[in-house]
Amino acid sequence: MKQKDIEQIIHDDHTGMSLIVKTVARMMIAVIILFAFYIILYGHLTPGGGFAGGVILAIAYTLMMLAFSRKMALHKFSDFWASFWDNIGMLAFIILGFLGLNSGYFLYNFIWHGKPFHLVSAGIIPLANIAIGVKVGACLYAIFIGLSIYGRLIIKEEE
Amino acid sequence: MASVMLPLSVGIPLLSAVLILLIGKAWRNAGALFAPITTLITLVFAIDLLGADAGTYWMGGWPPPFGIVLVLDSVSKVLLLVVNMVAFLASVYAVSYMQKYTAQNKFYALFILMLAGMNGVVLTGDLFNLYVFLEIASIASYALVGFGVEHEELEAGFKYLVLGTIASTMLLVGIAIVYNLTGSVNMADVARFVSGMPPNKALLFALAMFLFGFGLKAGLVPFHAWLPDAHPSAPAPVSAMLSGVLIKAIGVYPLIRITYSVFGAPNIILNLILWLGVISAVVGVFLALGQYDIKRLMAYHSVSQMGYVAIGIGLGTPLGIAAALFHMFNHALFKSLLFLSAGSLESATGTRDLRQMGGLKKKMPITSLATATGSLSIAGVPPFNGFFSKLLIIIAAIMAKQYVAAGVAAFVSLLTLASFTKVMKYSLLGKLNEKYERLKESPVLMAIVLTILSVLCLGVGLFYNYFMDSIFNPAANDLLNQAKYISMVIGG
Repeated sequence: MKQKDIEQIIHDDHTGMSLIVKTVARMMIAVIILFAFYIILYGHLTPGGGFAGGVILAIAYTLMMLAFSRKMALHKFSDFWASFWDNIGMLAFIILGFLGLNSGYFLYNFIWHGKPFHLVSAGIIPLANIAIGVKVGACLYAIFIGLSIYGRLIIKEEE
Repeated sequence: MASVMLPLSVGIPLLSAVLILLIGKAWRNAGALFAPITTLITLVFAIDLLGADAGTYWMGGWPPPFGIVLVLDSVSKVLLLVVNMVAFLASVYAVSYMQKYTAQNKFYALFILMLAGMNGVVLTGDLFNLYVFLEIASIASYALVGFGVEHEELEAGFKYLVLGTIASTMLLVGIAIVYNLTGSVNMADVARFVSGMPPNKALLFALAMFLFGFGLKAGLVPFHAWLPDAHPSAPAPVSAMLSGVLIKAIGVYPLIRITYSVFGAPNIILNLILWLGVISAVVGVFLALGQYDIKRLMAYHSVSQMGYVAIGIGLGTPLGIAAALFHMFNHALFKSLLFLSAGSLESATGTRDLRQMGGLKKKMPITSLATATGSLSIAGVPPFNGFFSKLLIIIAAIMAKQYVAAGVAAFVSLLTLASFTKVMKYSLLGKLNEKYERLKESPVLMAIVLTILSVLCLGVGLFYNYFMDSIFNPAANDLLNQAKYISMVIGG
């Protein structure tokens, strides 16, 4: 999809939602993604963590799909890559668990723990949070793609 | 401190499931290679652990009751062996059977994920961890039931999904009540708390929730409605896994573990389990008698045979529990054999209707022999394995003065024989249908798996004494000894 097509989707009243929604969504999506990263990265210090941050990450792309169109969202983040990152997140978490075996226990917190209440602290917990965040974000988005496929087929039948 | 094989039995299948999906994006045969290797590794672990000392493994190095703990005792050993043995044979069978399906890698990934969940349930010593692994196994199985994505499969999968989720919710409520009362979700810690307190209605309510949840997963009668739809709809290797081990690993095993090891077997719950078992045995077999769909008939027999297991558990005597565990082991062998041979018959003839088969004895000798072995085992004909476990359950019932249960068990055994005589008459004997003139024996891999399972059915029957003495009697004694379980987990 070229830049011209993207411009057309943004200004076309018939694809996606109204211009007001589109304008607000354009501004908000980046902020939502940034907030998701904050929740994931500060998971070991503040409430939230990998799962909550991942859900917020998925919401950003879901908002893109609702406001603009399915085509637009899949252009930015396709179902293949959603599934790919889903697997990568899970793989990263399992590998973290296996690395702990090196120090004696499965899932052992083998990295230097650092000073409490600092961003770089708590050993493998931030890494595990990042892995879960990637996994949950990609996975929930992939589920939404799956649901949107079925929605389209039903509309076709009714016509 | 038990061996590192405990977490690896869960970790390696999880890793393999992800690798199948990742590599499967580029190479479509990744699953067919990885799945049998993974299940072989976990099977080797399970066999190796049979001889290991009982012990615990602290996940992440956190001691119980604070961290998650994996527990290996003689009951877990039995279940671990059953689960991984059937999983290995079913995955080898699947390599040949699943050729006609699309998206094979997703099938193998879900299959391995289900195995990881079951191994986790069997090994864990933590109530909430048990719930998480149970959900992993259940959700994978919901997807596998609907794997054919035809109308019938999707309907069965959705029904299973809804009922299974209700059961899981009940379990969560039960765990929440236990946590509220005891302040711990570690099974041994809860057991220590429960054993020192007077009878408590809230704990009994929690136990009733567990009975509901695990009873539904095990397919006992008031909760059996999903089973006859779900088990036949899945592809044959999955049917074998669902009927052969899933209903035991996430249904009967946690029920036994929680009733005996955690709650110390209150009489009222044991009686409930006993009578649920009696009703399941009778209702299951009567519903099975009228069926002409070969896999549906076998699914109803799973309900009936789980009734036997529940009778043995409900008796509460060492012999009863040992016999129930033995019957569980045998049922895993012969029911997976029956479902796999039904899968062979189905993929050869293209139908599951018994009335359209007939005379297949000449065309498919190995599959026929396997079907006959499985039928005789489940019907309880000596010297096959089903006979000895059923006999032991009946003897245990008589010794515990539960004459009604003993009579029902004997009567149901007769009806099972009648039902499987019907299977053999319609499918193997009689005149061959003309359209099956060109029929061939199933592929080599499938035939090998069927042969191995048949030999195991006969072998376990012939050497039942050895198996009872070395595996099942110690397991029953461990289950009845609550104090030993507590001291092993908390003290070790």
